[in-house]
Amino acid sequence: MLTDHEKHELDAEIAIFPYRRAAVIEALKIVQQRQGWCSDDEIRDVADYLGLSTEAVDSVATFYTVIHRRPVGRHVILICDSISCWVTGYLNLLEHLKSRLGIDLGGTTADGRFTLLPNACLGVCEIAPAMMVDEDVHGNLTPQKIDEILARYE
Amino acid sequence: MSEPLREKPLTGNIRPDGEPLSIQEYERAGGYQGLRKALKMTPREVQDEVEKTNLTGRGGAGYPAGKKWHEVPMGPDARRPKYLVINGDEMEPGTNKDRLILEGDPHQLIEGAACAAYAIQADVAYIFLRWAYHTSAKRLRKALAEAYDKGYLGKNILGSGYSLEMHLHVSAGRYMCGDGSGILSALAGQRSVPSTKPPHAATCGLFGKPSIVNNVETLANVHHIIKNGWEWHRRLSFTEEGGTKIYAVSGRVKRPGRFELPMGTTPREIIFEHAGGMQNGLKFKGALPGGSSTPFIVESQLDVPMDFDQMYKAGSGLGTGTMIVLDDKTCPVGACHAMAVFFARESCGWCTPCREGLPWMREMFRAIEEGRGEMEDIDILAQQCKLLHWPNTFCQLAAGALMPFESAIKYFREDFERHVREKRCSYK
Repeated sequence: MLTDHEKHELDAEIAIFPYRRAAVIEALKIVQQRQGWCSDDEIRDVADYLGLSTEAVDSVATFYTVIHRRPVGRHVILICDSISCWVTGYLNLLEHLKSRLGIDLGGTTADGRFTLLPNACLGVCEIAPAMMVDEDVHGNLTPQKIDEILARYE
Repeated sequence: MSEPLREKPLTGNIRPDGEPLSIQEYERAGGYQGLRKALKMTPREVQDEVEKTNLTGRGGAGYPAGKKWHEVPMGPDARRPKYLVINGDEMEPGTNKDRLILEGDPHQLIEGAACAAYAIQADVAYIFLRWAYHTSAKRLRKALAEAYDKGYLGKNILGSGYSLEMHLHVSAGRYMCGDGSGILSALAGQRSVPSTKPPHAATCGLFGKPSIVNNVETLANVHHIIKNGWEWHRRLSFTEEGGTKIYAVSGRVKRPGRFELPMGTTPREIIFEHAGGMQNGLKFKGALPGGSSTPFIVESQLDVPMDFDQMYKAGSGLGTGTMIVLDDKTCPVGACHAMAVFFARESCGWCTPCREGLPWMREMFRAIEEGRGEMEDIDILAQQCKLLHWPNTFCQLAAGALMPFESAIKYFREDFERHVREKRCSYK
């Protein structure tokens, strides 16, 4: 079941579309705030509220990059691997992040602090190489700078 | 070619710190005058004005906006509601130009889009925003609320009898949403997959209704054209395609950034003057002129005026006009592999050549890069560049991916062969 607060938020999104199902992406974003990812429960809640099958909701949930269908850590690191960031040093940064966190792309640290995901362009090519942690963009990255940034996220 | 006017209508109001203009500041700078004027014209007159300046679509396809609008059914018999979709997805790797407008001057987008919506008599406009643009989303929400408050949006705008609702939709991230039909599926809450045409979106698009998709930068031109006239707009450009262009440079240059310049400025001027040239110790080897899905250009093409027509004739494309520069210490095979990783991951899976072909190409680039490639792999890759091409696929995703690959094999073949001969990447 969606909470009253979630319903209130989602109803505002439904109102901008001619029919309910169009709001499924917003709905997934809203329920994802509960625990950072969408479990089968979240998928079912969205399906019930919008009058869709769980399969239909899951087909959308599994398609989009920022809807997570598996557990993620408290903070999600999206390292940009687009060509601008690749040219300016992505590979070194990736190696640094992997060894620093002890995980591969797609992994979550044992303490549940970080999940590391690959990501297409963040649209900040003027400060490449870049990454996003939660909703914060960090650019002109170096291995040292990455260490300083990670220390800020508990 | 006559010297263009050196004005910067799109970025002139953007502050160095990027803080956006409030609606009062925007109005003081002449804002919403274009919309006021448009509402006194007929929709067809607005369309014609934009067609006369030849405002080419800045999202990368270059289709003239005025011409696109002419395809929308008009008059009392047209099916409603009609939609304008404002494409702010900007998912093309290496592209950061629309963000400049979205963050720095959101009212400019709202005004331009409102004029465009009026031109096609749209009832509803959706701003489709890239998921990563959190700052843009905040600023757009504020600007939309201000515009509604002042009566520039909503019912009976400025007493004209014309009504327009404008909403913000923040995407959940997928390259396919940049495709004209993919963006409509995404807005309708479905997987973003392409559809066959016809029917065209202009007659049967979003929710099955007449719809137009225009890029943010394209729309940001419209009210300027209306306010100052098409002749003025045409004189901003070096070429037959009116207006300025927000070019950008990334890669290992001295001053990566975004530069509003006359349409038709050369890559040489953009890279070596505005972006300061290559970083010390590096030489220019090539550039992707307009994001990942445009063919590489090399030294001999640096003086081609960068508009859609002339870049196409020179064997490349303007794309988004945001260049990624490749230097002589960076491996072109590795670059192709990196782009293949991206394109294979972003294939929506709808049709076979793209879904299956791109991962194979990725693995072949990887094999060559890691010194496991054979000479014949290079020819197989070149052959794949024909097989994955549109119309063997539904949309242009794979076709776009092939642009850098095909041109890299053409211009940097010696690098590919050396990888095979030496069984390693000599750039490492």
